Order: sequence, then C-alpha cells, then structure tokens
Amino acid sequence: MSDTLADNKMTPPGPNAAPSDGLAVLESHRSAAETHGIPLAVLLEVTHRCPLQCPYCSNPVELDRGSTELTSDEWKKVLSELAELGVLQVHFSGGEPTARKDIVELVQHASDVGLYSNLITSAVLLTKDKLSALADAGLSHVQISFQGNEPSVADRVAGLKDAHKKKLEVAKWTRELDMPLTVNAVMHRQNLHQLSDIIQMAVDLDADRLEVANVQYYGWALKNRAALMPTIEQIEETSRIVEEAQVRLKGTLAIDYVVPDYYALRPKKCMGGWGRQFFNISPAGKVLPCHAAESITGLEFESVRSNHSIAWIWQNSEAFNRYRGTGWMPEPCKSCEFREVDYGGCRCQAFALTGDAGNTDPACALSPRHEEIFKQAERESAGTQNRFLYRNFAGGTLESDKPQDNPNGA
Amino acid sequence: MASRNISVSETSRPKLPRHTKLKFDETRQVWVILAPERVLAPDEIAVEVLQLCDGVRSVAAMVDQLAEKYAAPREAIATDVVAMLQDLADKGFLTEARESTA
Repeated sequence: MSDTLADNKMTPPGPNAAPSDGLAVLESHRSAAETHGIPLAVLLEVTHRCPLQCPYCSNPVELDRGSTELTSDEWKKVLSELAELGVLQVHFSGGEPTARKDIVELVQHASDVGLYSNLITSAVLLTKDKLSALADAGLSHVQISFQGNEPSVADRVAGLKDAHKKKLEVAKWTRELDMPLTVNAVMHRQNLHQLSDIIQMAVDLDADRLEVANVQYYGWALKNRAALMPTIEQIEETSRIVEEAQVRLKGTLAIDYVVPDYYALRPKKCMGGWGRQFFNISPAGKVLPCHAAESITGLEFESVRSNHSIAWIWQNSEAFNRYRGTGWMPEPCKSCEFREVDYGGCRCQAFALTGDAGNTDPACALSPRHEEIFKQAERESAGTQNRFLYRNFAGGTLESDKPQDNPNGA
Repeated sequence: MASRNISVSETSRPKLPRHTKLKFDETRQVWVILAPERVLAPDEIAVEVLQLCDGVRSVAAMVDQLAEKYAAPREAIATDVVAMLQDLADKGFLTEARESTA
C-alpha cells in the first residue's frame, strides 16, 4: 500500500486543466476514437438575456428571445434527466443566468437530484440575499466574468455603467459565503495591458482560480475581430506574464490560460472533439455540440421539447454524428497524425471562415486558408479600429464616438 | 472563511470543504471527487483516506487505523498519508476543521 499511496495521483489535471479534465481519467481505458460516454458536465444556457453587451459574447448572433425559453418545469425535467443519465455537474450560464427569476429554484432542483452546480455569471444582477439563497440551495461554485481591472476599460467593454464595481462587490460576498470563486477574464487587444493588474485583482478577491481566456473569434467576436485581435507581441507578453504568475502564485491562485487559436501552432481540440465529451442546452432547449453550433446553417438540432430523450439526441441525432470521430474528415485532416489530438479543430470556426463546417479549421497551419486568414488577423491587430459592435437582441449596436456616453444598460 | 493553505501534519483534522464532494458515481461505477468545474477520479486508497477525513479524526488516528488494517509499518503509512493529504489540500480539496472558539 505504501508504495502506491505517496504517488497516488488524484488525476493529472495539468496546468491547463479544462472543465472536463476528469473525463480523460474516467475514459482512459478506452481508445480516443471508440466511444462517447455521457459527458461529466453539461452547460445550461438558461437564458440569452443579459444586462451586459460584451462585443465578444459567446452566444450566437441570433439570440433566443425570452419568450422561447424553457419554463421552470421544463428545466427541472432536463436536470432530472441529466442526473439520471450520469451527468455529475451542471454549469448555469447564459446570457445572464440570474436574469431568470427561478434561478434559485433551478439550483435547488439540481441539488435535489444530486447534481453539482456551478454558476457562471456577470454578477451585476445579484444581491447579497439572492447569492445567499443560491448558496443555501446548494450552489457550490461561482465564476464571475471581469472585463478589466478598473471601471474605465471594464464598463466600456461590458457596455454597462458601474458593472465593474458591482462585480467586485459580488466577488466579496461569494467568499464571505465561503463559496469558491473563479475570476474569468476575457482578454483582447484593448485590455491585455491590464493583465498583471487583473491577476493581482484575483488574488485580492481571494479567488481560487483565474481563467485568462483570450477571445475566440466566432459569432459576436468575429464581427468585432478588428477591434479585439491582439498583436503577436501582446500574446508573447501575455504568455510570459501568465507563466511567471503561475509559478509565483502556486498554491494561492490557479491560473488557466487559453491562447487565441489564431496564434497557436495547432488548432484547439474544440469541445474536446465534436460530440465526444460535451453538450450544452440552449435557452429554447436545443441540445448542441457546442454553444456556437447554431451558427452552422444546414444542421438541424434536436430539442428537449421533442419526443426524443437527451440520451437519444446525444447518441443518435444527425447533428451530433455529422462531425463525430474522424470518419467525416477531408484531407489534410484525414491522413494527419494529429487527427485524434485536435479532431480537426473547431467546426464553427471552419464554417465561419470557409463557409463549410466540414473543412479543416483554418487555425491549423495545414489548412489551405491558414496563411490568408492569419495575415488578415495580423493586419487587423495592427489597425486602429477600436469601436465595438455591442451585443444585443437587435443584431448589435455600434459604439458611439464618445465612449463615455455609451454605456447605457439594457 | 476557510484558509486554503493548510499544512497537513499528524495533528491535523482535515475535512472536505463544503464545495468538494466525494461521491460514488453509479453510472461509471467509480468514486469521484466533485470540485468547481472539475471531476476527479481518486484511486481506492485515496477514497479510503478521504472517507476518514471527517474534521474530527486526526491524521494520527487515521494512520493508526490504516496501519492496523493493512498490517503495515506505521511510519511508512504516516509519510504516505501526510503527503497525499497535503497534495489534496494544495489543490483545494481539503480544509482544516475550524476550532470552535467563536
């Protein structure tokens, strides 16, 4: 016993532990291409409504209206079904999940059926009483998005006055309630200069974890790419700052780092591979292989409102099977030695940039479109186009010439 | 609030914090630790030790119990248990039972 105990490995989460890191361990006895067990965690986008207007929002450009959202009872049925399937965790996300009046009720139901709950929030709608009620309902973790380390940049990016101040307040309440806190910082050209201060802010807020997530460019972010794309010099500096902080803050603050795939050497293993270990449910109840999947036209996604079970949709629906595994791949992916490493990259990005989701992700250096797209991004990063197109239900609103007049709430 | 940087010794009385849950996953027939946005799969021995972490029992008592159960030298067990618990504590999966002085 003593031999195995000392080097017992809980798991090797690694420096860039993804939310799904347990999966590799739980599925390590199977071949990578063989199976797609039910995911350990599921992202629930309970609403697309949000008081923030971030120009890189990961929601689709075509947002689900409030009137199409699943009802409380429908979400509870979903939660029960997920627990029964073997899902262990849920992430209540959005939009802003606390924009739903029934969020405490939904978290309570998740607890009742044995699911571990994370809240992924902008924080601006939370009161201390509401947060306390969520904790009492069994919420186990709060992740708050930050747009900068101080209001002038942060409130402008969020498109909401006093958003930053409110976030700081909610972060403190989270720790007072003894819930673990993750600070999520989405980084781009116009806030990367604040990275060191954001890291310090996360330490000061007593966060457990900081996600330094460079913007991924599809949907809203693609529309705003010219205003957001960092320069290669910024990315190099960012990597240096993150690596230094990871060492310095070991044991105090865990830092996860997502590089922008335009500047990575290889495409990201998007969603761990299409239909392999992740699905999310949209506000209107669509079961999706990725939160941006609805941007791919021509794919039909099944809803929890259909006659199919979630398990059936995951295993048998056309949309999940279309790009699952490696059989769908064209060259250069088909014969590539990395095809089970990155699964061809991101389908949504391939669709957005090449018009065909079945193409190799242009983020890959082997894509015939890579050079052209990378050069364009590089030109954009050096440009002076800093105006945002704010995310909203009207298809976006261009930032005014006088940014100080702009933040207006919604 | 709970301190996250605990130093594990034989006098520690560790326990899982509220947001870390040790659970048997019926679907996969394996024990798992549920933590913020993570699912971990501890091995059998880690599970056994974690089940002893109730905030009341000291590490010394756990070591005694395990040494007896496995008829193994106490010293070796102690070294391993402390190292394993420290590793868990560093990852934020263990906290120290608070003194009831308040």
